[in-house]
Amino acid sequence: MIGKLGLIIKREYLAKVRNKSFIIMTILSPLLIVGMIVLIAYLIRINDSEKRVISVLNESEFFDHQFKTSQSMSFVRFQNLSLQEAKDSTSSLGYYGLLYIPKGTNLEQVSKSAFLYTKDNPNTNVTQRLESVFQTQLRQKKLSKLGVSSTQFQDIEEPFEINLATFEGEKSVKGINEIKAFIGGGFGYAIMMFIIIYGGFVMRSVIEEKTSRIIEVIISSVKPFQLMLGKIIGTSLAGITQFTIWIISASLLLFLVMLFLDIDLSAIAAETSITPQTMGGMEQFPVSSNSEMMLYAKEILNIPWILLISSFLIYFILGYLIYSSIYAAIGAAVDNETDTQQFIFPIILPLMLAIYVGFFSVFSNPHGPIAVGFSLFPLTSPIVMLMRLPGGIGEGGVPLWQLILSIVLLIGTFLGIVWLAAKIYRVGILMYGKRPTYRELFRWLKY
Amino acid sequence: MDNILVAKNVSKSYGDYKALSNISLEIPKNCIYGLLGPNGAGKTTFIRIINQITYQDSGEILFNGSPLMPEHISMIGYLPEERGLYKSMKVGEQALYLAQLKGLSKNDAKKRLKYWFDRLDIGDWWNKKIQELSKGMAQKIQFIVTVLHEPKLLIFDEPFSGFDPINANIIKDEILQLKEKGTSIIFSTHRMESVEELCEYIALIHKSEKILDGKLSDIKKAYKNNIFNVGLETELDGNAFMKTLEDKYHILSSKFDAKEKQLDFTVQLPSNTTTNILAELSRQANINRFEETIPSANDIFIQTVNNKENDR
Repeated sequence: MIGKLGLIIKREYLAKVRNKSFIIMTILSPLLIVGMIVLIAYLIRINDSEKRVISVLNESEFFDHQFKTSQSMSFVRFQNLSLQEAKDSTSSLGYYGLLYIPKGTNLEQVSKSAFLYTKDNPNTNVTQRLESVFQTQLRQKKLSKLGVSSTQFQDIEEPFEINLATFEGEKSVKGINEIKAFIGGGFGYAIMMFIIIYGGFVMRSVIEEKTSRIIEVIISSVKPFQLMLGKIIGTSLAGITQFTIWIISASLLLFLVMLFLDIDLSAIAAETSITPQTMGGMEQFPVSSNSEMMLYAKEILNIPWILLISSFLIYFILGYLIYSSIYAAIGAAVDNETDTQQFIFPIILPLMLAIYVGFFSVFSNPHGPIAVGFSLFPLTSPIVMLMRLPGGIGEGGVPLWQLILSIVLLIGTFLGIVWLAAKIYRVGILMYGKRPTYRELFRWLKY
Repeated sequence: MDNILVAKNVSKSYGDYKALSNISLEIPKNCIYGLLGPNGAGKTTFIRIINQITYQDSGEILFNGSPLMPEHISMIGYLPEERGLYKSMKVGEQALYLAQLKGLSKNDAKKRLKYWFDRLDIGDWWNKKIQELSKGMAQKIQFIVTVLHEPKLLIFDEPFSGFDPINANIIKDEILQLKEKGTSIIFSTHRMESVEELCEYIALIHKSEKILDGKLSDIKKAYKNNIFNVGLETELDGNAFMKTLEDKYHILSSKFDAKEKQLDFTVQLPSNTTTNILAELSRQANINRFEETIPSANDIFIQTVNNKENDR
């Protein structure tokens, strides 16, 4: 019996791995992914290098040194020009805009009548940056009236970040919840992709056996359940092979590309960062101090990796088996791939829900009722529970009973679904002709 | 233990649909057994139960004297009506795989495949893919895969559909050879004339019920109704002569060809009275044909079904 299962697994594996489109996908995908990353890096670099030049016609006695050239903006001072002349030369020089500050001795007055002239509607970043220069000046002026010196003013302006710590007194850092959910979400996302890609493979392979009419020849030698199981295992082994090749070759390629093209990955990370400190106007990123970096590293090391990876394996295997046996049953129920749509949608739905609801609810509160509910419900738990798990189990993390209940529910569902799917499969593979309705599928369970 | 397979009161339904009701059959060893009946009669369901693809709701099946078990699978060879092969797999690999699923070791399977490939003259197909072969070629491979593990019982469901006449004959000869070597064979078909000449025993199945079974020659004996086809070469006026015969015998039809001087007619005689008419005819004409019409399986089938319907 085991020998036959082994034969089936081997055949399914080889049939998949030798398939031309499978080989092409295996080779092409890492190239595409790395190509995308390189392209993004390149585009960001181009975007960065586009500096906006603003000409400043300052007739007032203020704002002598306040406009400082930065990474994305530079300033050119105009002198002894009329406003019209300044406008003309700004546009003929191809500068982004002209900032006009009129004559005056009153800062408020001057600020109120200052103008920014641009060709089109100005970029928000530009206006925000200029506005903040005025604002700082105005605030400093008002405060100095109240007797605050400019050094005192510097003190006031110092940005402030609150210190964070857990109840146990460990220092914590901002955004770590999001990072943790992101790591867990990565695992969950991998499970979803795996299910959708290789579940589809299982389904197509079942349909192929049906349409080529070999199915009855085979199930006169082996039990339909053996065939279904062998097919699922063989296909997933092929999938794991492909995934492994993808990860290894993509990281190698990425490493080589970075080496040769000297692309700074952290720039991309900063650009696409999901941390909440997204750029606020002209403010620089809060430069993470060394100690803060250490804290992040510590937090990431603190993620219970062994727990996370072993749960990943459990949820991956059970989740994949549940979904791929449903895929196999669908393949058995229909005669061709176009008929599968009505059945596939209901099984993609919980996966999608798991990813999106998971991301939103777990990000905002890993232990809120929605997050808990979705991490217990067996069709979504493989994804959502993995998003919650990087917080650890026990206090501050996922309560142990939730993890156990979730796995128990998953195992129960696994047994039930595989049993049902095997029944539908057994009947379906010998049915030719018409697309069954849900009611007929239900009736098949009784055959 | 003269029967390879015995079915006792086997019933099977799919929901409300009755596929088999109380079928009892005895299939003797080393013979060719015809399972005949129209499409949808329940033949394939019965065969699938023998192959343990589905299971009966009630009743019992004995294989070689013991209840049918999973290990009997390797002693049965089955060529289904809906048959095919993996399109993108190579012929040799595929045959090896299917043979190994039937329990053969890889080496044994290879040896036997080589023998069969040479025997059917298809040795150079080993590395071809099925999609490069014609339908008839694929059928040959399917036949080989079915018989390769030297099963005790071979089941062919509509075996000759898809074969051209030449290949059908080759396969027919191979099947007869297998029977000579001691294999028991079940033929299932709705085209009764196609296997009638091969079968020693038949069972007729109609609307999930067995309506008749037994040795074909016995059945035919039971169903013949003493109708004879007669051909005469005569100098007499055929039509006038027929008139005189019609007075004495129950003539069913007649035809006279004046140019060829040939008179043909069919007559139904009371049993054991052939000598009378033969004597009378031979006095007046040259008899060149006198044969009893044997009903075909198809005729028997129709007659049995009609009788059944009339009984109700």
